[in-house]
This record gives sequence, C-alpha cells and structure tokens, in this order.
Amino acid sequence: MNLEALIQQLMNGLSLGSLYALIAIGYTMVYGILRLINFAHGDIFMVGAYCAFFFVAIFRLPWFLSALLAIGLTALVGMSVERIAYRPVRNAPRISALITALGVSFFIENLGLVTVGARPKAFARPEIMAKVVKIGPAAVSAVSIWVPILSVLLLLALMYVIYRTKAGMAMRAVSTDIETTRLMGADVDRIIALTFALGSALAAAGGIMWACKYPQINPLMGIYPGWKAFTAAVVGGIGNITGAMLGGLLIGMVEIMTVAFFPGLSGYRDGIIFTLLLVFLLVKPTGILGESLKEKV
Amino acid sequence: MKRMVGIFVCAMFLLCGGGFALAADPEPIVIGFNLEMTGQVAAYGQAGWEGANLIKEIVKPEVLGRPVVFRLLDNKSDRVEAANAAARLIEHDKAVAIIGTTISGNMLAAGEVCEKNKVPIIGPTTTNPLTTQGKKYVFRACFIDPFQARIAATYCYRDLGAKTAAILSDISNDYCVALGKFFQEQFEALGGKVVSVTYCKAGDQDYSAQLTEIKSKNPDVIYIPNYYTEAALAIRQARDLGITQPVFGADGIATEEFLAIGGPAVEGVQHTTFWHEKAAVTEIGKKYVELYKQKFGQDKEVNVFGALTADCYLIVMDAIRRAGSADPTAVAQAIEDTENLEVVTGPVTIENGDAIKPVVFRVVKNGRWEYSSIVYP
Repeated sequence: MNLEALIQQLMNGLSLGSLYALIAIGYTMVYGILRLINFAHGDIFMVGAYCAFFFVAIFRLPWFLSALLAIGLTALVGMSVERIAYRPVRNAPRISALITALGVSFFIENLGLVTVGARPKAFARPEIMAKVVKIGPAAVSAVSIWVPILSVLLLLALMYVIYRTKAGMAMRAVSTDIETTRLMGADVDRIIALTFALGSALAAAGGIMWACKYPQINPLMGIYPGWKAFTAAVVGGIGNITGAMLGGLLIGMVEIMTVAFFPGLSGYRDGIIFTLLLVFLLVKPTGILGESLKEKV
Repeated sequence: MKRMVGIFVCAMFLLCGGGFALAADPEPIVIGFNLEMTGQVAAYGQAGWEGANLIKEIVKPEVLGRPVVFRLLDNKSDRVEAANAAARLIEHDKAVAIIGTTISGNMLAAGEVCEKNKVPIIGPTTTNPLTTQGKKYVFRACFIDPFQARIAATYCYRDLGAKTAAILSDISNDYCVALGKFFQEQFEALGGKVVSVTYCKAGDQDYSAQLTEIKSKNPDVIYIPNYYTEAALAIRQARDLGITQPVFGADGIATEEFLAIGGPAVEGVQHTTFWHEKAAVTEIGKKYVELYKQKFGQDKEVNVFGALTADCYLIVMDAIRRAGSADPTAVAQAIEDTENLEVVTGPVTIENGDAIKPVVFRVVKNGRWEYSSIVYP
C-alpha cells in the first residue's frame, strides 16, 4: 500500500468511525442512565432518516429545516416508545426490559416494511454534504468532515446537559437510584422521558448523517449500524459517553484497516468487529473507559 | 419479526383466498410464488409479482378447464425463509408448481425442498449454474452466470481494451462470488490481469476501504457483479473517491433503485442483462410492453424481473397444458420439454433445466437504461 492510499484509508476510518461514534453516544447515554440496552436505537435511527426524507420529498421543506423537524419528531417517537413499551416494565427484572427492547425493535422494523415498503429509497442530500473535498491526496465527501465536528459538538452539548444543568443532575440521580430520586421530589417519569427524547434525537441526527453519507434508506437500514454502535458502546465502556466516542472511532478504524492491510479478508470485516466485541466482553467487559458495574440494590 | 410477517401473510391469505372456497367450480390449480417481497432484494420480488399479475390479464389463468390461482409467500430475501416458503407452498397450499425465487442463493435452499417433494420450481432470474445442477425439478427462465460473465469479460478485454481489471463482489451471495470468479477466469484466459479482488457483504453501506484498495491498483475496468443497492452505493463512493474508470455490472443492477440511488455517479455504467423492451420480438412480448406502459405510465421502463416472472408463468401454464394433468411430476417433465415457446422475452427452449437465452448489453444514459446490443449463445 502506498502512502497516498494509507492517508485515504485513515480518512475513511475516521469518517466511518465518527458516524459510529455519533450513534453510539445516544446508545450509551440511555444505558448509562437507565441501565437499559435500548436495542431499538438502530430503528429509531431509521425513523429519523425517514422523517427527514418525507419532510423533503413530500412537504418540500428546505433540507436543514427538514433535518431539524425530523430530529424533533424522532425525539417524540422515542418518548412515546418509552411511555408505551418501557415504562410498564420499568420495575420488572432487567431481562424483561431487554426482551421488550428487542420487541420494539422488530415492531418498528416491520411497521416500516408495511407502511413505507421494503424497496430502498434514494435520499436527497444537500450540496454542502455531497460535494467532494480534497485533503492532501485523499478525497472524502463533505459529510465526512461534518460528522466528526457534529459528533464532538453533540458530545460537548450532552456533557453540558448532564453535568451542568438541573435536569442533568436529576438524570445522574436516576442512574444511581430511582426511588430515592423520587423521594427527593424529582419527577422521575419526566426525567426518563427526557433521557429518551435526547437519546432518540441523537439517533435521528446519526440517521440523517448516515443517509447523507450513504444516500439510500430502507426500513432495515438501522440494524447493522445499531449493532456496530452497540459494539462501539461496549468497547468504549457502556454507559460512558466519551468511551462511546472512542469506541466508535476504534471500530471504524479497525474495520477500514482490516480491508486496507488484508484485502482478501474484506468480506469478513463485520465478523472481525463482532469478534472484537466478544473479546472485550470476555476480557474487559467494562470496556476502555467504563467503571465496573455496581449491582443496584 | 418472523411472527409479525407470518400473521401479516396469513391475513393476506384470508383476504385473497377466502373467496375461492365458496365457489362450486372445478378445483383450482395452485401456482405458488416464492418471492423476495422484502429484504435485500425486495425490488426483484415486487417487480416479479407485478409481472405475474400483469401477464395474467393477457393469458387468462385457466388451464385444463380449471381456474389457476396464485399463492404468494415472502421469503424476505433469506435462504431459510425461502426453504420454509417452498415447504409451505407444497404441503399447505398443494402447489402444482412454484415460481421464484428471484435470486440464486435462495433457490439453492428452496430447490432442495422442491426436489425432495418432487414439485417443479422455476426461478425467473436465478443465474447461478449450481441451482439446477443434478436436479430434475429445478428450472430457470434465464441464462447462466458463466455465459453472462464470459461475455462481459470478453467485452471488457476486446471492446473496452482493458488489460487490467478489479473485482468487488458480495461474499454473502453465491451469485455475486461466482460471477466474479467466472469473470476472472475468462479475463485472464484472454490475457488480461485481475489486479484486485475484494469483497463486501449484503447490507454493507461503506465501501471506502475496498475502493481505496482498488484505486491504488489503478485497473482499466472495475467489475461489480452485486445486487442493486450495494452496487449503486459502491459506484457512488468510487466516483467520490476520484475513481474514473469504467464500471461493469451484471443482471442484478437492473432496477430503478440502482438509478435513483446511484444518481449521476452511475452514468455510463454498462451491464449484461436478460432483456430490454426494445428487444421484444414476440407477439406476447409486445402486448406485455403495451399493457405495462398503459398501467404504469408511458415513460416507465418495463422491468426485466417482472418480464422474466411473466415468462415463468407462461412456461408453467404451457407445461400444464401439454402434460394434460396437474400432477407435479408430469408438469416438471413438460417444463423440461419446453421448446421454442413464445414468451415475453423471446422464444424459449429449456435444456437440463436451463433456458437458452441471449445476453443483452445495456448502458445508463441520462438516468435511464439504454439498449446497446444483444449476444446470442
């Protein structure tokens, strides 16, 4: 491999990794606060992309407005999912919540298949995302520049919300002990709804950026990115937002570099990522930055 | 997810099939459809189903004085589901023959079930040679991949003047991997050199790593024998990376989705396929094109997968007529004996389960498929 190709591959890894990171942040945030692995995160991601698609294609709204509206609408969808599916099992054993999450995931996918159809749709992206940018010898689409910037900005915004605002304080309280938080006079239901709204908004942002980079959407588009983001969250230390960012970048890099150095193995890139997940779960289940999990009493 | 779709399909059964039970007419003959209505190649199955329902209006679903009814099952572009659907169509619906699947990987699974139960199955577009090999009940209405890939490789080497080639194929589909191999064999036999072989997987959306590898090898032509979504995304990313070499595809990209997702990036992409409306030579083919345009708009291009599925219907109907009975074994024998039958895409003869048909070359021009030439076997 020559230097030019290496630089291009590094850029490829960075751009793919930051997308994973963007999705993983929302994944890990919901887990960090509720100890719930929200398997429907990838499907909420799909809902976000479809909302943006419909705002542009049907209502003919300007692209950025559509994206914002889609993020807002998806946040509402996330809150409804929590209200309808997760709240009734909140006090049930954790395995029930996990199975409910899987059920929600299948439900959203199939609802998508029935309502919007299984055939993929082309996603219109604005010129500012689509144009090709040259960085030295490497060429990347502009969206690959925007994604890392957006990821870092959202990461900072999220950190601010969680560590500097009252709602964030309540979220952290909920993550330690729901009952005590309630006794302290915080409206726990509202805080959890807010957590889901934030998580879903992040998923929607990820979905829209994903659709800009790979301009095709279908009802099952969230499955693989969802799994990869889950892997990223686990590798980075599930529950840890900075860890999710690191995990995402690492997963993206590993994926690209596998192909770059061993083109013959290119068909196995997903297999290698999921092997990495298994290795982490066996050797260091708390991930790179995660703290050891304390059983809640 | 399986159960959800199951319930949905059952509901469709009740809606569609409920009426027939009441009629006192002779017992209907059931033709099963095992199609990819959802999943990776949903566009094939849906176009196929469209074609089957269209041809039904030209050639009425009646044979041997009995009405013919369709039973559709969605195999979700999945091998296991395809085998289950075949078993269900045979055991539950007592299908006399099955039409579908549209892709080879699914046919390898479904064909096994049909062979065991001695019920004929005919794939509209299952091009992998292995699907019919050593089987008496598995057929296809299309050419086979070695033929298609050989012609593509020869074209690239002789007509495009390419001396080096790169191949990017989908490792999770028998069809794509085999096409890549056949192409490589022929291209190297002619004296060319394949400088890069990389793989992707069904559902992949990022190809930047494979494409960067290809770019660094600077091939004269790139062969991408994958299905439409994967191929369109890959070509789009290739153009973004500054890869300007010609790209050649196979029959799998013949969908509107390929053009929509690929956008301007797929301009000039050429491929080998089964048919083009301009190559309609038979009477029934012309009628089909006319009805299609009437139904879906004058401007809409006649879908190849629909046309091939219509062919399957005509082949099966003709076979039942010649067999003089709705016995699956007799029908299978009659399908094998098909000779010079006029179907939508031309006259068809079946030999050892395979249809003998020409290869059509098409090129993307101004966002549409343009017919360029036809090569007879």
